[in-house]
Formats: sequence, structure tokens, C-alpha cells
Amino acid sequence: MRISSFFYTLGQGIKNLGRNKWYTLASIATIGACLFLFGIFYSIVTNFQHVVKTAEEGVSVTVFFNEGVTEEQILAVKSELEKNRPEVREIEYVSADAAWEGFKEEYLGEYADGFTENPLADSANLQIYLKDVSMQPALVTYIESIDVVREVNRSEVTANTLSGLNKLIAYVSAGIIIILLLVSIFLISNTVTMGIAVRKDEINIMKYIGATDFFVRAPFVVEGILIGMIGSAIPLIIVYFVYTHAITYVASKFTMLSSLLNFLPVEVVYKELLPISLAIGIGIGFLGSFATVRKHLHV
Amino acid sequence: MERGYRKKRLNRQIPEDEIITLENVTKSYSSGAPALNGVNLHIKRGEFVFIVGDSGSGKSTLIKLLLRELTPTEGEITVLGYNLKRIKHRKIPKFRRNLGIVFQDFRLLKDRNVYENVAFAQRIVQTPTREIKRNVPSILATVNLAGKYKNKINQLSGGEQQRVALARALVNKPTILLADEPTGNLDPNNSWEIMKLMEQINENGTTVIVVTHNREIVNAMKKRVITMKKGVIIEDEEEGMYIDED
Ligand SMILES: Nc1ncnc2c1ncn2[C@@H]1O[C@H](COP(=O)(O)OP(=O)(O)OP(=O)(O)O)[C@@H](O)[C@H]1O
Ligand SMILES: [Mg+2]
Repeated sequence: MRISSFFYTLGQGIKNLGRNKWYTLASIATIGACLFLFGIFYSIVTNFQHVVKTAEEGVSVTVFFNEGVTEEQILAVKSELEKNRPEVREIEYVSADAAWEGFKEEYLGEYADGFTENPLADSANLQIYLKDVSMQPALVTYIESIDVVREVNRSEVTANTLSGLNKLIAYVSAGIIIILLLVSIFLISNTVTMGIAVRKDEINIMKYIGATDFFVRAPFVVEGILIGMIGSAIPLIIVYFVYTHAITYVASKFTMLSSLLNFLPVEVVYKELLPISLAIGIGIGFLGSFATVRKHLHV
Repeated sequence: MERGYRKKRLNRQIPEDEIITLENVTKSYSSGAPALNGVNLHIKRGEFVFIVGDSGSGKSTLIKLLLRELTPTEGEITVLGYNLKRIKHRKIPKFRRNLGIVFQDFRLLKDRNVYENVAFAQRIVQTPTREIKRNVPSILATVNLAGKYKNKINQLSGGEQQRVALARALVNKPTILLADEPTGNLDPNNSWEIMKLMEQINENGTTVIVVTHNREIVNAMKKRVITMKKGVIIEDEEEGMYIDED
């Protein structure tokens, strides 16, 4: 394609936006609304996932050993697990003394002075952190079958709840995103259909003069892509301001929640939200117009 | 392949200077009698041909077949070496760039001015902007519209609008100009002006085919006249006359 033809096509695409002003505005508004909802939803979900993930990282399995098992044997189990169990993120060895210190600090405070020897002599243990809490039951079963192991303490409820929540979030977000995409594609394709109807005569003339299919279609596709671009840029800007204001507002209003609600900074959210929104906007603009042009332009 | 096929199907070789050939062409729409019925027609490069006949006799159908808007139900059509029955869809644009087409209802872009309407035809075939700027004023001068290049279409008379359409059809330098009732909406003076322009274009080498109901002009211009009736060519004469019904 010639440079001048490229700019002509681009120019026609831009002019098309103005030629069907109302349909253009309607589809920008709807894509914008969809992507606005998507942006809000995405921000909430990523923050929620962030909270869940932080909580998950704290979930651990504690392994206690039989009486008389030596530190060497425990460390051997540790390195065996680290080597053979991929779901293991980190294992911390807690010696009997360290366990006693921890217990004293946490529960006894100044009353601990009365003990002369370590009452938790057999409480040397392994603290195992998982990469993915949903793998916990399998790991526990495996560890329980090791002969030197006396007991495995786990926080099953937490683990199951968290992995369940995570799945739910994934399904709900996928569902909402699919619905939004379908609505947007439908709207874009309506806009382009209107555009084609409005300019049927022009398309006919083009065909009589000998325009290639590509040349007839290109302005409509450009139009769709532009609508998608504008339709994603506007909500991105709005969500950016809403988000930054919302997190400062919530953080200042509910100070007691601030340890629990650890908001992600807007840059972190936008690192993914920005390219995803643009890709969705431009993608539905392109697909919607391309498919519609194919269907309605028998060039 | 295509050449071999053509030799086998056609009764004779197409002479070098024959640019339009119809052999036993029949066109039926979904209902009713065929719009064209076994038409044979040969037109040479550089000819000026009138096509006349009653309403519904198949003139527009013939034009549409020539520009490959329609395909024949039976028979073979060859235009400028393209077999229009078998031409591939993606080759059609290239074929049409050899044609200039004018309609009764002008079919101009009403949201653009005179210059843009003519330049439009050049844009579509991807002429460089530099050449467009040279070609459009020159063709507008040919149709006597040089002074009105900035006018919007709805600020023009019918005759002027048809001259814009003519300029648009000519700017890509077609080999064949097809005009379906180009003067159907014009008064006698404007009709004459358009016909004279087309004659001038023909004298410069373009083959011109004009469908018309204008008896006076046909009789005065002394060109080849093809008369159609109920889908059949009933008369084909050099320096022919407009035949009256009854
Ligand atoms: N799209 C169509 N579908 C069905 N029948 C059609 C169609 N177009 C034309 N016809 C029929 O084919 C016949 C020839 O029509 P055509 O338009 O070629 O006539 P014409 O000679 O151009 O007439 P006019 O002088 O009124 O323009 C007519 O009987 C018409 O009703
Ligand atoms: Mg007709």
C-alpha cells in the first residue's frame, strides 16, 4: 500500500467517526462503560487476590517428630522435601530451643522464669510454606507416611477457604469479562453495520471504480479500532483517578483496617490493567468491525 | 488454461481489436422470462454505440453484465480479454479499472465537493497524490467545470452533476465508458452537452457505450445503434436510427 493511500484510509476511518457521530458516541460510551466496569472490577479483584496471597503465604504446615529423632534426621527430611516436593516454597527448621523461646515470648512473657529446662524437648519441627495452598492435603498425606514423623499440624480450613476463594474469583472474573466482551462486540458490530448502511452508495461507487476489497474494508476496520482505542482510553483515565482517590480515602477513613487492607499502588494495578484494557478495546474494535464488514460487505 | 478453454467454447477466435464479445448470452433473474435471451454482440475498440429499446427490454441488464455486476446464466462474455463468467473475485477490481461508468442518477458523494468527488476515483486506485493534483483539474477543465471545483454537489445543476460524474468516470483513463441513461434526468440542452462530451471522449480513443431513450440525439449523431426488445437484439446498424414501436 502506498503511504498516501495509507493516510487516506486512516483519514477516512477518522472521518467515518464524524460521519456517524451518534453511533460512534454510543459505541465509545458502551465500550467505555464496559471497560470502566472491567477496570473497577479488576482493581478490586487484584487487591483481593493480593490480600488472599499475603494470607496464603502465611499458611504453613508444621511437622513434629518422634521422640529421640535427631536434628540430622530432621534436616535430612527437610532436604528430601525440598528436593522432591515442587509445591514446597520454603522450609524453616525450628529447633526445640527455638520453639521454646518462641512459645515463651508469645504466651508466657515474664512468667517463663520458673522453667529450668526446656519442657518442649521433643518439639523440634519443620515449618513448611507452600507455593499453592491447594496442594496442602497431598503434601500432608505424604509427610504423614514418613516413619520418623509423629504429627502434622495444618490449618486445613484456612487453606481450603483460601484456595476456594481464589477459584471463585477466577471464575467470576472470567465470566464477567466474557459477558462484557460479548456486549461490546455486539455494539461495535452494530455501529459498523449502521456505518455500512449509511455509506452503501459510497461503497457501491467504490466497487464500480475498481476498489479492492481491502481498500473498501480498511476504513471500517480503522474506524472500529479507533472506537476501541478511545473507548479504552477514557475509562483508563477515569479509573486511574477513582482508584488513587479511593485508596487514599479508605486508608484515611478506616485506619484500623489499614493493617488488613494493604492496597496495591495504582502503578502496580496499571502495569497489567493498562495493556489488558487497551488490548481488549482495540481487539473488540478490530474483531467487531472486521467480522461485520465481512458479513455485510459483499465486495 | 483459460485461453484453451476460450478457443474450445467460442465458435471463432476473437479478433485483436474486438474488446467486447457476447456469445449466446442469456440472463435470467429468479422469476419471469429471461432479461436477456441468447444475445450475440461484438464491439470493437474505439466504437461509439447506442443501445436503445423499450423499458424492460434488458438494456441495463446488458450493462451490468459488461461491468461484471451480474454473471450470465448461459453463454460467454469476454471484455478486454477477461472471461467474465470465470473471472476470480479478487481480479474484478483490476478488470473494472478499465471501465468508466455513468448512471442516470449521477451517484455522487453529496458530502464532498466537486474536486473531492473526482479525486475519490483516483484515491481508490491508489494514484499518488501528486498525480491526483495534476489530473483532477485537467479532467474538470475537459468537462467545463474548472471554475466550480470547490462547490458542494447540491449547489450544482443536474447537468453539472452529470459532468462531475463523467469526470469521475474518465479521470482514471478508462478503455471503455459505459453510460446507462446518462441524460435521463436532464433537459435537452444539458443532454446535448453530455452527449457531445462523450463524443469528444470517443474521438480521443475511448470506446463508448450509451444506453438512452433520447430519440432526437440518437437520430442526429449517426452512430451505431443496437435496438433491443424483450431481451433480444432486433436491430444492429451502423449510423442507425431510433426505431419507433408500432
Ligand atoms: N434484480 C432483478 N430481479 C428480477 N428481475 C429483474 C431485475 N432487474 C431487472 N429485472 C427484469 O429484467 C428485465 C430487464 O430489465 P432491465 O433493467 O435490463 O431493462 P431496461 O431495458 O434497462 O429498462 P429501462 O429502460 O426501463 O431501464 C425486466 O423485465 C425487469 O423487470
Ligand atoms: Mg435500465
